[in-house]
This record gives sequence, structure tokens and C-alpha cells, in this order.
Amino acid sequence: MSVISKERNTVDAVPNVDNVLEARDMVKTFGNVVGLDGVDLELRRGEILAVIGDNGAGKSTLIKCLTGALVPDAGELRIDGERVDFKRPQDGRDAGIETVYQTLAVIPALDIASNLFLAREIRRKGLLGSVLRMVDTKAMRERAAQAVQELGIQTIQNMTQAVETLSGGQRQAVAVARAAAFGSKVIVLDEPTAALGVKESAHVLETIQQLRQRGLSVILISHNMPHVWQVADRIHVQRLGRRVGVLDPAVHTMSEGVAVMTGASTMDEIGPGGDG
Amino acid sequence: MSTATLTAGDLIGRRRSPAQRVQHLLHGHPWVSPALILVVTVVVFSMINDRFAEPSVQSLLIQQVAIVAALAIGQTLIILTAGIDLSVGAVTILSMMVMAKLAADHGVPAPLALLVGLGLAVAAGALNGLLVTRVNLPPFIVTLGTLSIFTAVALIYTGGTSIQNNRLPGLLNWTGDRVSIGEFTVTTGVLVVLALYVVVGFALSQTSWGTHVYAVGDDRESARLSGVSPRRVLLSVYLVAGLIYGIAAWVLIGRAGAASPNAISDANLDSITAVVIGGTSLFGGRGGLIGTLLGALIVQSFTLGLSLAGVDDHYRLLAVGALVIVAVSADQWIRKARA
Repeated sequence: MSVISKERNTVDAVPNVDNVLEARDMVKTFGNVVGLDGVDLELRRGEILAVIGDNGAGKSTLIKCLTGALVPDAGELRIDGERVDFKRPQDGRDAGIETVYQTLAVIPALDIASNLFLAREIRRKGLLGSVLRMVDTKAMRERAAQAVQELGIQTIQNMTQAVETLSGGQRQAVAVARAAAFGSKVIVLDEPTAALGVKESAHVLETIQQLRQRGLSVILISHNMPHVWQVADRIHVQRLGRRVGVLDPAVHTMSEGVAVMTGASTMDEIGPGGDG
Repeated sequence: MSTATLTAGDLIGRRRSPAQRVQHLLHGHPWVSPALILVVTVVVFSMINDRFAEPSVQSLLIQQVAIVAALAIGQTLIILTAGIDLSVGAVTILSMMVMAKLAADHGVPAPLALLVGLGLAVAAGALNGLLVTRVNLPPFIVTLGTLSIFTAVALIYTGGTSIQNNRLPGLLNWTGDRVSIGEFTVTTGVLVVLALYVVVGFALSQTSWGTHVYAVGDDRESARLSGVSPRRVLLSVYLVAGLIYGIAAWVLIGRAGAASPNAISDANLDSITAVVIGGTSLFGGRGGLIGTLLGALIVQSFTLGLSLAGVDDHYRLLAVGALVIVAVSADQWIRKARA
């Protein structure tokens, strides 16, 4: 019997309160294409959970189902043990989950402050805000500058700069700053280092560790095994729309990870992790 | 390169040619180029014929531009969302004919007739908006269809006949009342259109709704992932545009002195022309109302200036056509600007 089927049998009943986010039997299909084929995922409080898998394994689909960007066909999702049903990205954000998408989901023509506060604009105080619905541009710029500073990003100074005038690394920083500023529970990052150089990647990894120090839980999707092994507490391995195992980076090696990810080995063959 | 201490950042900052600087300025302020074109247009036509600058001629220009300028507000909103509205004129005519016929032929009190006309324009906008957001049809196709439908309904309803203003109540003719401001004489309709510019301009630049309109137009999926509801924003834009066309219908009664189902046949293209010359990008997310007002004024200045100069109206068409091509080419160039 595999590790997975054991877990499956013990599911349900009492939700584990150590898990800030818990997904069970998530299914998502696109026509005849199966994106997720009954995936389970647990994210423990204050950990960095990496999600690895080959192209088409369903990583992006999985996180989109966790954040409200996609609505799964079946399965249940719990935040702090409470059942939730996300219908749109805003629902996930309202529940304290922030996502840095691979595409970054920033608006090129808008400035940095407007992007940071998109769909969460700060209104002016008094009648200007309540009756005329005026936004407080000044306050948003100040708080945007603060959010960027907190992440130690020095290359961005001017919050009135349009995002399209920024470099790839700077755009990434804007998206991460937005997630960090608003995420109260979970931050999901989809391939945050894929488009970055060595120095910029190192900075993003540092930022991810900072987020954990602040008590946030992080889901990191990455193709880059050294990056994953550098920061992750546990590693969820996704293959053909399912979870094939959870690795412990302190016990398992990168080559074992790749072997499980590609189907060359199974979890039974490589053995469980330290706490598994 | 002389020194090794020069960083790439310094280079970017220093090696900016004058052309790049202009490109950058225009990128940040899309209304600058139409403003320059308008100034040049006015100066040139004033030199050709000094009557052009007279208050009476300028007053006429402002009165003539009011309808297209009003319609162009709605058109700007829709083009900002990367859409296009071909049904502008048809919605306006339908709304106007219903207002006029209800009041003139059916004895409906003027305020009620006006409200029904405005409501119908909003409903027409809602139909466009629902077809775009719920049936997911391209705005071009939706409004091409509703252009014919609304035109046909207006013609069927009126039997193709006009209603003169002597048969209309005072409220519907009110937009034609003259107002003198110094040496200039405009109509109350012109003031209504200016008020529309102020209100919609405020909403676009100072409220969340405005930011969301730009966001959805620039990158719909990113806006959705950021928590904006593109459907809701798009629908609201078509509703607001409908209301603006309804108000324009009221202004048109005052301007034309009658309600005619064959009026403003060029309104669709004229409103798009004003928006494009005003620097709003047909790809969405870029531009604004100041540019649109300037664009409408440029086209009308060409019309009036060339006719004062005794030039055949066909040349005006030629000039406006060339200007549209230049404006869109400029937009393509400006969009390439980077820091």
C-alpha cells in the first residue's frame, strides 16, 4: 500500500488545525483534458511548501483552484479548518490568500501605487470619499512606498512610475510587494524566479523566507530544484494531475525529487521523510 | 565608453535622444499631442482668415461640436475598455425620437418623456453590454448588429417622419436656449455637454471605477486576477455610455431644432475619429477625456476653418482622414516608450 492511499483513507472527520490551508480530492477538467485528478494538499502554519512537477502536472491549475482564480469541479477546501468555496479571485483575497501569478497579473499602463491597491483602493476621508467616492492617491502612494521598502527593494523609488517602464525583476518585486502587503495568511508564488537573473532570484528567495518569519505560510511553485531545496520545509510532488508524494528536503535529495516527479521512482522506493 | 564606473542605469538616464524624450512625454500625457495640433490648427486658420478667431465664429464652432463631443465621451469609455461602439448614433436617434414622439404625439408630460428617452438609451447600452459580457461577442459585432436594430426601430416607430420643435414642449427644447458668456454665445446644451465632461472626467481620474476601466482595458485577465470584476466594469461602461447618448439626444433636439430620424448619420465615425485623434488607444487602457474633447475640437476646426477659407468640404474629409492615420501611427510609436 502506498503512502498516498493510506493518507486518503484517514482523510475527513476532524480537520487538522495545524493546517492553515487544506485541499481534498480537488478535481478540475478542461473539456477532455484532466487538469487535477483528485489532489490533496496540506499547508501547515508558518511553513514554506514547495510544489514541484513536470510541465502539465497540474501545478498552476492546482494553485488557481486554491486561490479562486479557477473554480474546481469537485473537492473541498478548508482555511483554518473552515470550509470555503471560492468563486472568484476576490474571494481568495478576502480569506487572506494572496497570489503572485507567473504572469504577475499587473496592469502595465497603471502606476505602481495603483497596481498595489487595484480593487482595494483607499478612499478619501469624509464626504469626498463617501459621496464622491474619491480615491486617496497620496495615501496609496505613501503606503505603496512603505510596502516596497519593507521588502528591501531599493531599485524602485517612484510609485508614480507606470509598471510597463519597469524591468522584469522590478515588476516581479511589485507583484510580491502587493502579495506581502495584503496577505494575512497564505502567499502563493507561481514560478517567481523563472524569469529572473541570479541576483534577482536570490533576492526573491530571501523575501520568501522573510514572509515565513512574519508568520505567513507560503506555497512556492518552482521548476528550479536548487531554489526549492534552499527554502522549502516540505515539497509536494505533483504528477499527472495527482499528488504522488510529499518530500522532506532534509532527507530526500534533489535527484530523488526529480525521479518521483518524472515517475522514475515512487515514494515507496525512496522511503518517507523525517516527519512523514 | 570612457569610465568603467558608469552603470547601465546611468546610461539609460543619459542616452535619451530628443525624440525619445518627446516619445516619453507623450506616453505619460496622451493629450499633449492633440493639444499641440489644436493650437497649430487654430493659429493657421486664423492667419488664413482672421474671421476664424472672432467670438461669433468660435461660438458657432463650439455649438457645432457639442453633439459629437458628447457622443465621444461614451465612445471614449468603450474604447478605453478595448471595445468600440458603432451604435452611438442609432441609440441617440432612437432615444431622441421616443422623447419627441411621446411628448408631441402621445401627450406624455415633458419630464416623463425625457426620462423614458434617457431610460431607453440606458437600456440600449445594457443590451450592448450584456451581449458583450454574457454572450462574449466582440463589441464590434454587437454594436454593428444593434446599429441596424436601433435604427430600424426608430424608423418603424416614427414612420420616418421628423417632429419640428414648435410641436415640442419647452423642456425638450431647453437645450437650444442661448446663453451669453462675454462675447461668446453658446446654448444650454453646450453647458450640459461640458458638465458631462467634468463629471465623467472626475469619475475616470479620481475614483476606483475609473482605475478599473483602465485596468480592464489594458489587461483584462490581470485585472480579473487582481480582484476586479471585468464583467461588472464592462457592463457599467456600456450603461454609462447609454446614459450619455440619451443626454446627447436631448442636446441634439435643441441643436437641430427638430427631432429627425435621419439626423447625425456620421455620428458613429465622427465620435471614433474624435477619440482616436484625441490620443486614446484603440487597444484599450490608454487615453482620456481631455484628449477626446481636443480631438472633437480639432475636427470641427478643420471643418469650419476650411469652409471659411473657401475650400471644398471634400478636402476636409481628406484632411481628417490623414489626421486619423497620423494619430494612430503616433499611438503605435508612443506605446513603444519605455523608461
